[in-house]
Amino acid sequence: MISFKKMAFVGAMVASLAAGGIAHAQSSMDDPARADYYQDLKDKRVVFVPVFMGLDLTEGWSKLMAQQAQALGYKYEVRNSNFNTAAGAQTLTSLITEKPDVIVVQNPDVQSYAKLLARAEKAGIHVIQLNMKTNVLTTGFVGADVVSLAQTQAKAVADKCGAGTSGKVLILAGPPTSPFSAYMLKGYDNVLSANPAIKVVSVQSTGDYESAKAKSIAQVVLQQNPDLCGILGVWDNTDVGTAAALKEAGKTDQVFLSTSGGGGELACKGLQEGMWQHYVSYDVPGQGRDLNSLIVASMEDKNSVGSIKTILYTPLKVLTKDSVKNQSCWTLDTIH
Amino acid sequence: MGHGGDSKHEPSSKEQRRPRFGMTFDQQMIVSLIFAVIFVIFALFLPGFFTVGNLLTLMRTVAVLGILGLGMAVVVIGRGIDLSMIACLAVPAALVLSLAAKGYGVGGSLACGFGLAVAIGILNGVLVAYVEIPSLFTTLAVGIGIAGIGQSGLFEYDIIPWPTQLDSIGWIGRGSLFGIPYAVLAFIVATICIGIFLRRTRLGMFIYASGDSPSAARITGIPVRPMVVIQYVIAATVSTFAGLVLSASSNNMDTRIFNLTWIYDVILVVVLGGIGLSGGRGGVLNVVVGTLLIGTIVNGMTILDASFEVQNLIKGMVLLAALLLDSIVNPRNEETAQQGDI
Repeated sequence: MISFKKMAFVGAMVASLAAGGIAHAQSSMDDPARADYYQDLKDKRVVFVPVFMGLDLTEGWSKLMAQQAQALGYKYEVRNSNFNTAAGAQTLTSLITEKPDVIVVQNPDVQSYAKLLARAEKAGIHVIQLNMKTNVLTTGFVGADVVSLAQTQAKAVADKCGAGTSGKVLILAGPPTSPFSAYMLKGYDNVLSANPAIKVVSVQSTGDYESAKAKSIAQVVLQQNPDLCGILGVWDNTDVGTAAALKEAGKTDQVFLSTSGGGGELACKGLQEGMWQHYVSYDVPGQGRDLNSLIVASMEDKNSVGSIKTILYTPLKVLTKDSVKNQSCWTLDTIH
Repeated sequence: MGHGGDSKHEPSSKEQRRPRFGMTFDQQMIVSLIFAVIFVIFALFLPGFFTVGNLLTLMRTVAVLGILGLGMAVVVIGRGIDLSMIACLAVPAALVLSLAAKGYGVGGSLACGFGLAVAIGILNGVLVAYVEIPSLFTTLAVGIGIAGIGQSGLFEYDIIPWPTQLDSIGWIGRGSLFGIPYAVLAFIVATICIGIFLRRTRLGMFIYASGDSPSAARITGIPVRPMVVIQYVIAATVSTFAGLVLSASSNNMDTRIFNLTWIYDVILVVVLGGIGLSGGRGGVLNVVVGTLLIGTIVNGMTILDASFEVQNLIKGMVLLAALLLDSIVNPRNEETAQQGDI
């Protein structure tokens, strides 16, 4: 009787120990991919060559890239080309000899860097193009589909300026050869040419996205076309000037202004204050995450550089005065 | 460059350099004629150009450029050049905007902004006048430095929005008085002030004298070096004023403009108007004529919906034509050429 009790006790103990032992063995099993993953990324080097730092876009992307680099233990640095294409080209040339693992580049126009980027890839450096695309494909492109972005803008303006209005539209573009001009005009044209009611009264470049220039062009065109119905703007920071022209002319309510940008605080402010009525955001926080994923993917890639080419058109978000009531725009402090 | 500062300033001809006809056919006259011709052509053949509204828009477009041209004119007449004007337009004005946004009050922010401008002017002036570094290099370096300070640390973003706290002085770039935009009025007021300063005050006459011949001016007892410092302080202050008009007008201050080609436009209106880079010649009217010519071309091209490249091409060709005509009508020789010509 006693021995049976004892046996039961010992049996229970053995069972519980065994159960505990098994549970312990389950929790301590290691993910076989982890060690290689962190080892592969450690001490790699990523260099960002933006068109210009000091903008919400570039500062936002850069902060996200720097955070991931710190978390994963690889090096990250910024080489600002300060709106100088020649300086940017020089940076790329010296990077080709320095051989970082990944170059993230924002192209000022569709042509200038094309050959250098191809050379960098040939030298074994992964090149990821960010939001502003050249006409050559490299390891990756992360950014807005500018044609689609422009079509979204144009559709909104075409809806607003249909029958019963003057149908007159002003297009304010960026520098003539920049992707945010060349591809954008294509997108506008795709939609507007199918709308016979729309009459494009003027297509003008705002130089290097200058708000002062946008303002003076808008003023001249408003003077010539007091019944202007819509404006297709190129970028939120530029269209601050466009909005100022509309406000001074007292035509904020009459003219429908659609613009685009990274969806930073200026986007919300502009919609709330009625500077623009329609905003297509390419969502910098989302782009940053996509970009970081592609950076990691290319550093893990064991194939020869350039054998895999990935295009990630990042999702676009349409913001209006009503929609920003429910969602907030990012700032450098909130982005992470 | 530093040594022999005196020996390189040979006294220039004591005669008036311009031919003494009844009417001088100098560059200002040539540019005025070109302006008149282009203006009449646009007025006749371009519908919507010759209206009060459009002409005011035209002037508003170039008002800031004109104000900058006035500041540059003071330095160029004194035989210098100030390439730091755009930095001095952007950074102090951006400082005013960001300080006001942080709640430092309108007066305090303005004082800080203009204080910074005066400091930049003094730095330029002392380096040129006392250390004797040529103005071209001094102001180029100071401009890059100031823009760098602004872009690298002073501000969170390179584009600073106009804060609501400054709306009480926002009128300097917005709206209009009796139909005339305030930006244009600002240009007119600046023209009158600088005009009176240059032509009616002793200080202004000193600038002409020392620009015409620094060594002759020094011999007659004009304090040439302090005069140079004053010129750069004026240019810096005028730039910051222009910066405030610009940022009030476009509702933000885009400090990236330092990296653009604005400074060339400023030199363009000054030189095009007929203020020789060799100093001692010209006045505010030259700047006004040069500014109006550029304004007319840009305005007409915008109405014509000409492309960006074509606009630049035409601007360049008009400048070249004006300079060509000037060198044909007023050829340079040993007598008219001065030491220090750029």
